[in-house]
Amino acid sequence: MTVSVSIEGVSKHFDEHCALKELDANIRGGRLTGLVGPDGAGKTTLMRLLAGLMSVDTGSLKIDGRELGPHTSDIHQLTGYMPQRFGLYEDLTVLENLKLYADLRGLDRRMTSGLFERLLHFTGLGSFTDRLAGNLSGGMKQKLGLACALMARPQLLLLDEPSVGVDPVSRQDLWDMVQELAGEGMAVVWSTAYLDEAERCDEVLLLEESELVYCGAPADLTRRLQGRSYLAKNLGGDRRLWLTRALELPSVRDGVIQGAAVRLVLGRDGSLDEISGLVESVGGRLEAVAPRFEDAFIDLLGGGPDGHSAIAEKMEPVEQARDIMVECRDLSKHFGDFTATDGISFSVHKGEILGLLGPNGAGKSTTFKMLCGLLKPSSGVAEVVGLDLRHSPSTAKLQLGYMAQKFSLYGLMSVQQNLEFFSGVYGLRGKLRRDRIQEMIDTFELQPYLAESPENLPLGFKQRMALACALMHRPSVLFLDEPTSGVDPVTRREFWTHITGLVAKGVTVLVTTHFMDEAEYCDRVALVNRGQLIALDSPDALKASAACAALPDPTMEDAFIRLIEAQEPPSEHAA
Amino acid sequence: MSRVSKTAVLLRRMAALTRKESIQILRDPSSLVIAFVLPPILLFLFAFAVSLDVKHVPFAVVLEGNGVKAHSLAAAYSATPYLDVVPVRDRRIGRELLTRGVVDGFVVIPQDFDERVLNQVPGAAIQVITDGSKPNSANFTAAYAEGVFQIWLRGEAGAAVAPRIDQRQRVWFNPELESRRVLLPGAIAIVMTMIGTLLTSLVVAREWERGTMEALMSTPPSMLEIIISKLLPYFALGLIATLGCVLMAVFLFSVPLQGSLIAVLLLSSVFLVPALGQGLLISTLAKNQFVAAQAAIFSGFMPAFLLSGFIYEIDSMPTLVQWITQVVPARYFVSSLQTVFLTGDVWAQFRWDMFAMLCVGALFFSITLANSHKRLD
Repeated sequence: MTVSVSIEGVSKHFDEHCALKELDANIRGGRLTGLVGPDGAGKTTLMRLLAGLMSVDTGSLKIDGRELGPHTSDIHQLTGYMPQRFGLYEDLTVLENLKLYADLRGLDRRMTSGLFERLLHFTGLGSFTDRLAGNLSGGMKQKLGLACALMARPQLLLLDEPSVGVDPVSRQDLWDMVQELAGEGMAVVWSTAYLDEAERCDEVLLLEESELVYCGAPADLTRRLQGRSYLAKNLGGDRRLWLTRALELPSVRDGVIQGAAVRLVLGRDGSLDEISGLVESVGGRLEAVAPRFEDAFIDLLGGGPDGHSAIAEKMEPVEQARDIMVECRDLSKHFGDFTATDGISFSVHKGEILGLLGPNGAGKSTTFKMLCGLLKPSSGVAEVVGLDLRHSPSTAKLQLGYMAQKFSLYGLMSVQQNLEFFSGVYGLRGKLRRDRIQEMIDTFELQPYLAESPENLPLGFKQRMALACALMHRPSVLFLDEPTSGVDPVTRREFWTHITGLVAKGVTVLVTTHFMDEAEYCDRVALVNRGQLIALDSPDALKASAACAALPDPTMEDAFIRLIEAQEPPSEHAA
Repeated sequence: MSRVSKTAVLLRRMAALTRKESIQILRDPSSLVIAFVLPPILLFLFAFAVSLDVKHVPFAVVLEGNGVKAHSLAAAYSATPYLDVVPVRDRRIGRELLTRGVVDGFVVIPQDFDERVLNQVPGAAIQVITDGSKPNSANFTAAYAEGVFQIWLRGEAGAAVAPRIDQRQRVWFNPELESRRVLLPGAIAIVMTMIGTLLTSLVVAREWERGTMEALMSTPPSMLEIIISKLLPYFALGLIATLGCVLMAVFLFSVPLQGSLIAVLLLSSVFLVPALGQGLLISTLAKNQFVAAQAAIFSGFMPAFLLSGFIYEIDSMPTLVQWITQVVPARYFVSSLQTVFLTGDVWAQFRWDMFAMLCVGALFFSITLANSHKRLD
């Protein structure tokens, strides 16, 4: 049985703001449909309309010819919906969550035990039935959320950004499960900010500014870019600096770091001359490569940012004689019986970007927090600019800038007040303080938003502002904790432009991320699993170490999965 | 689907939601603390720390006269348990003691006191001064001081002039005028407001905050089912807490329960309707727990404390405020509880109070239902 969902002329407004404009599309059963687009493009609104949580202003949504909406009596039997953050009760156990949703969906009791068994087996949660959902890792929560959404055996499965903040191994598991479901005839809509996921979907709906800009197979969109993607290799020196220069060329549409190389996308009718000139000037080599979906996506949205960072240009180079800026030796942290971080040692050099990667719950956040003085280590030493965080935490903290997950801005204060608060916290006074605030307002174009609450800002601006707050006191070391979680590719490029610029001025950066393409920007990547450091090397070296006959040219994600799996027996499901 | 099985499905859904809510209560230490630890603390405070009785008031007796009568009156002041007497000889010292707050008042027995009494000189024989910065105590103190004098006077007159009218005061229902007996039933109402309104105001807000409301809305139960199932466990929790409070009041603090336990539980059940309704209304309007808790304290706890007649008598409030108290459900509950504890089962009063509470409850619930659509837009 395959179903089909038709979306005809659907529009939706919230007050003045238009969330969806005249949308026409078809979603077919037995296929995985990706819903992609920048933040605020209308993805969640479309999901909620399909789930019957809102009604359309104009147009119609139909599943197999039947109208979908809040007034559809059995909409809940037709659609299964997994909201962002999975909709689980954290103080209920895995089994209690399943039972609750089974009862709410009115499933026959005689059937549920068999169904539970299958769902638990399917999700690999069989041995965790008595664990509180709040104590599950991000990946397991996501699987449980999926199991709950699948309870009604819906014809249409809606997953709203199921992979935000989830590590690649868990992401892969979920992907396989959903593929299997689609294979049974279910229509699956998967909204995502990850373009590698979108690329693997059977079909994508690409939204931008409330409008559908593309609908069809991702490969068809990618094909348009044929002959415009290039890889610049052997760039010597600083590849990030080279990228900045390349992005300034009018013929370059988009560019990202890929290990030691740089990936460039040529403008539609651009000539290759400028690029080859630039490559030759540093003695590098240019290679034509197959386009990716991401290239096409950015192209469709009008290209990436131009690669220069106003804030980095204004910053004075970091004056610091020492080379080792951050160092930890035998760093451990225990929470009761649980060892979150187990004897980790590494050091970060001046002007280096070190990426801290690992699955959810591997201990990277704990390590990170000890390094920037937010957690006291159980044993071992953490030093920033040679200062022990245990003995001189406040002197050390003046040297570091910290940007927390979810940006930690104060929602009850205006943008202006937030800037004033953070400058005050970092000890800026008088004229210097006023100058720095004004500088941040100018460089990040915050002027129109000064009186607003940060919560009302578009995500990209929120992120800029959080960066502004972390940079106000000109730190020599910058700690970024999942700075781009849930942020779309265009905004993420802009963010990395700033980071690249700052590093060129000698700022040292430590970053945690789940985006493998961001790991490529790092000079070195530290891979943490089960509290231990299992690999520490350049992105290219990590990829090379994971290469094998079956996979001669692994991606960063492949390398990540392989290195993690080599350390532990594969889970029941993966086997 | 047949009608019977439809009902069965409905009941099962509600049972599942109720079970879920109960598990959440049991696993959340904060709600258990509010329901079971806070009430004993509050009751204890009201039983021992807060007392409206005035006993052992520090009081100066300025004995300027040296006559027999003057000494006899001074002795009468010393004898009463209501006043702790500081004897002084000069009114200037009395004034200083009052200014320094050492005493709450003083009486001046003047030099010519004996003469005035013996010759029945018209005008005041003694002067009582009290501390107006404590109006309540001032009233009590002045009345006690005056009372002592009158009794002394009557004793002096003795058999010589038998008073024509024998005035006797008798206080009914709380013969010892012990404030604890009035305060504890009121405290139970405060505790119930805390549980009913504060805890309930948090539950829906919590679902919004944690993003579970969206998932819940994408399942079949209607908003009414969701709301009722959410309230049932809190209703039970409220009743259990009330029962605990009543038992404590009766057995630990020896407040006599003149009426029946059934009446207490019935009144409490009815009071929970507006209390829960108010909490629910707050939580549907405020989508985060912080705002919800603030609103619950300001619109539930404070009025229950100040406007229910628990501490301040409603009759002595300004007329406008008296009108406002009409929509404070705790007002009806406090008066009924005081009656059931001190007087007994007066159903004529309970009927009216319960009716009033249900009306306020109905008001809250209808506003809530009008404001909670099972939709996000």
